[in-house]
Amino acid sequence: MADVNRGNRPLSPFMLGKDYRLQLNSALSLAHRITGIGMALAAVMTVFWFLGLAYGPESFRTVDDLVTSWIGGLVLLGSVAALWFHLLNGVRHLVWDTGHGLEIEQTDLSGKAILAATAVLTLLTWILSY
Amino acid sequence: MVQLTLPKNSRVVVGKTWPKPEGASNVRTFKIYRYNPDESANPRVDTYFVDMDTCGPIKIKNEIDPTLTFRRSCREGICGSCAMNIDGINTLACIYGLDEVKGEVKIYPLPHMPVVKDLIPDLTHFYAQHASIMPWLETATNTPEHEWRQSIEDRKKLDGLYECVMCASCSTSCPSYWWNGDRYLGPAALLHAYRWIIDSRDEATGQRLDDLEDPFKLYRCHTIMNCTRTCPKGLNPARAIAEVKKMMVERRL
Repeated sequence: MADVNRGNRPLSPFMLGKDYRLQLNSALSLAHRITGIGMALAAVMTVFWFLGLAYGPESFRTVDDLVTSWIGGLVLLGSVAALWFHLLNGVRHLVWDTGHGLEIEQTDLSGKAILAATAVLTLLTWILSY
Repeated sequence: MVQLTLPKNSRVVVGKTWPKPEGASNVRTFKIYRYNPDESANPRVDTYFVDMDTCGPIKIKNEIDPTLTFRRSCREGICGSCAMNIDGINTLACIYGLDEVKGEVKIYPLPHMPVVKDLIPDLTHFYAQHASIMPWLETATNTPEHEWRQSIEDRKKLDGLYECVMCASCSTSCPSYWWNGDRYLGPAALLHAYRWIIDSRDEATGQRLDDLEDPFKLYRCHTIMNCTRTCPKGLNPARAIAEVKKMMVERRL
């Protein structure tokens, strides 16, 4: 309630985790945002890779070395995980929009399910692409 | 806008530690947010020690520190006055069990609200938002000679909605409400909006939906579910909001 009728009154503490207990669903909501932003950055990296290819073998080697290095691999792995998580959580949102699965027990269950599915699918993608 | 830190005048400092009760063996520690508008000091957190063997309602205010200020009335979860943040979650102090809290008990005012004094938030804006959804029966037809009739099935649709006591626990648990509360109505007002939208006797459904058709008023809900998790009355504002969103789509088909 930022700046509404505040006068000189202090604003009460609200930090997630510190002042307000972080719960599975709020954590997943936060993760949905973060993975969304992360994927946009990963897309830029992919474009960078293609640009390297377009400029010729020399530049491609430089860029490819970076992307296939261990740190590049880590970023790629993270991007794949982010992609799966964001997709699965997006489907969960679509189900919610139909008015289903909105009891706390159900959101807890679906939350854990998409976390597990993200882990499995990320691993599977990684194995299949090597 | 997303806000991650407290303004300068709101940062909490370490406060006073009150004396321990003598000869008590079963003592629990309470960390309580204090703010006095008459002093030009930042809010602080005081530490109290309570003998749990002789503990009843309103122990600290009655026996340790009478200056501690909070709203309370019914002591049975029906008035909604004593909503506060206990152990990191919003709830009604009168019906929340101390045995549900492990270790020291942290008591803060409802989050991201202007503080009037100690545990009392300024709810002016919250109430104004409730008033804005027209929380009454709107009709166009002539008033019947007797009461407005409603079938048992239609009455059932109001269960899980009419029980709301407007304690503000849900709205102040919602990150969207923290950051866009000036324009987003928040779970409590939206639950009430839905309560009147699906009331079979109400004849202003279209207008009610029109009023909510707004990028901020309704659609800042991102199904974070903090509201439903925290509701001391066990209601589900998130579902009520989802139903309103659904009606928005359905009426276009």
